[in-house]
Amino acid sequence: MVAPVVLVIGVIIGYPLVRGVFLSLTDANEANVERNIGVNHLPATYKFTGLDNYRAVLSDGVFWDRLGWTVLWTVACVSLTFLVGLTLANMLNRTLRGRTFYRLALILPWAIPAFISVFTWRMLYNEKSGILNKLLAGGGIDAVPWLNDPTWAKLSVIAVNVWLGVPFMLVALLGGLQSIPGELYEAAEMDGASAWQRFRHITVPGLRAVSSTVILLSTIWTFNMFPVIFLLTRGGPGDATEILVTYAYRLSFLDSPRNFSESAAWGVLILVLLSVVAVVYRRALRKQGEVW
Amino acid sequence: MTRTPPARPARKRNQRSRLASTALHAGLAVAAVLAVFPPLWLLVTSFKPKNDAFSTSLVTHFTFANYTHVLADTEFLTWFKNSVIIVGLTTVLGVFLAATTGYAVSRFRFPGMRPLMWLLLITQMFPVAVLIVPLYNLLASLGLLNQPAGLVITYLTIAVPFCAWMMKGFFDTIPVEIDEAGRVDGLNPFGTFWRLVLPLARPGLAVTGFYTFVTAWAEVAYASAFMTGEENLTLAGGLQTFVNQYTNDWGSMTAAAVIIAVPAALVFAFAQRHLVAGLTAGTTKG
Repeated sequence: MVAPVVLVIGVIIGYPLVRGVFLSLTDANEANVERNIGVNHLPATYKFTGLDNYRAVLSDGVFWDRLGWTVLWTVACVSLTFLVGLTLANMLNRTLRGRTFYRLALILPWAIPAFISVFTWRMLYNEKSGILNKLLAGGGIDAVPWLNDPTWAKLSVIAVNVWLGVPFMLVALLGGLQSIPGELYEAAEMDGASAWQRFRHITVPGLRAVSSTVILLSTIWTFNMFPVIFLLTRGGPGDATEILVTYAYRLSFLDSPRNFSESAAWGVLILVLLSVVAVVYRRALRKQGEVW
Repeated sequence: MTRTPPARPARKRNQRSRLASTALHAGLAVAAVLAVFPPLWLLVTSFKPKNDAFSTSLVTHFTFANYTHVLADTEFLTWFKNSVIIVGLTTVLGVFLAATTGYAVSRFRFPGMRPLMWLLLITQMFPVAVLIVPLYNLLASLGLLNQPAGLVITYLTIAVPFCAWMMKGFFDTIPVEIDEAGRVDGLNPFGTFWRLVLPLARPGLAVTGFYTFVTAWAEVAYASAFMTGEENLTLAGGLQTFVNQYTNDWGSMTAAAVIIAVPAALVFAFAQRHLVAGLTAGTTKG
């Protein structure tokens, strides 16, 4: 029963991966890959170039620029999403009137496909006539170039990604909170622990298993978050908001001629980076005695 | 919302002061407004005449013009049909593959199991950029570009690994004795899986089904790269044609967006009560 499944996964993931690594070692581009023009079949003419692509990418400032922004983007998004999610989860994990209503409202962004939300935000951010600037104008504040100024654009894409990511965090952390036995809190209260002490010594350790996993997943997802950047700014203005993934996509699908090999090299580098992050993270967890 | 998890009994010694209570409600209310406003504004805008798309007022001239325009004069219905076919196939196949894989990993000890688990998790890290070009070439050589099958295969590569990982967490919570009982009663391994274990893992199936559906319904990068020509686009690709460098048809965009969001929201509403259990089972017991 295992065999077919392993086979299927091997084929649908293994093959493209191996082929991607192979392409990154060649000089393949739009002009020399195997293709059909009308009825004529042109064979591939690209050749093996070893590590040339990697040398070129790593010695080029563009890669390091994009890497710097991608790291900043990931750290900002994940930490903000986690903090907001944790705060809201704690607020929701109490007896209060309208709990169900708040919970439904707060997870609504999750129910809507991301690309729809991103288009909606593009409408809200519209510089001349978007509602955000109209509201600011009502308060006598000048229009903000949300997506047209490098700094504002960076803040804007982060805001949208946090907005999109909070529901997942909220739901996961709420689940985690509800699995912490209430008796622990009662006992702590009897012993006179303050609210902060209870949070610090019961909630935080109790959430460790859930939070370590969601932080890792969310880091990986944010690092590779294609739709938000691509649909909101197309990486612009200039290349201010271009993260590694969107840049690699641009190389093979938007630039002309399409540069398949360099794009693949970027992809492999991204994969290596993420694997290193995951391994280091896992090791750090293990050192803290986490069994994950 | 049909079933909220039981609230912890109110703590009597530590009743909130009125101030704390107000602050709590105020904080949640602000957060709720921030969460709800964009989709709500989208809905409101879709009922405005084209020229009013950016007015700050609520609807002054209520109209369905955007909807009728999108449905009657554009390729929207074709895109919708394409998406439904692709997403439907992906969900059915994806849930089946994820369930069998998850079960295999949960129940059988075999060489290479730990690496397989790791592989499932690591595939989450595969950036679009590594796979997209090889997949593009592969699909091109198989003649699957602009074919629904091409995108279905692609989406399976995204959804199956993570779902299999979540399903393993679910199967781990189902006692092995159930399998053994099935075996004693003369069922083969697949029979045990299909007739006994799978029905018990229904919440897990709901979660993975939901995840697969949402992933495929909302995917942009592959859909934009693999499908060209108006009649082959999926919803994600089609929507981009309303608002891009050349055109700015926000009216059609909003109406189309609302129509696209509704099925997703319905599926979500159906699956959401299992989400907490699903995510925690999948993520903490991985």
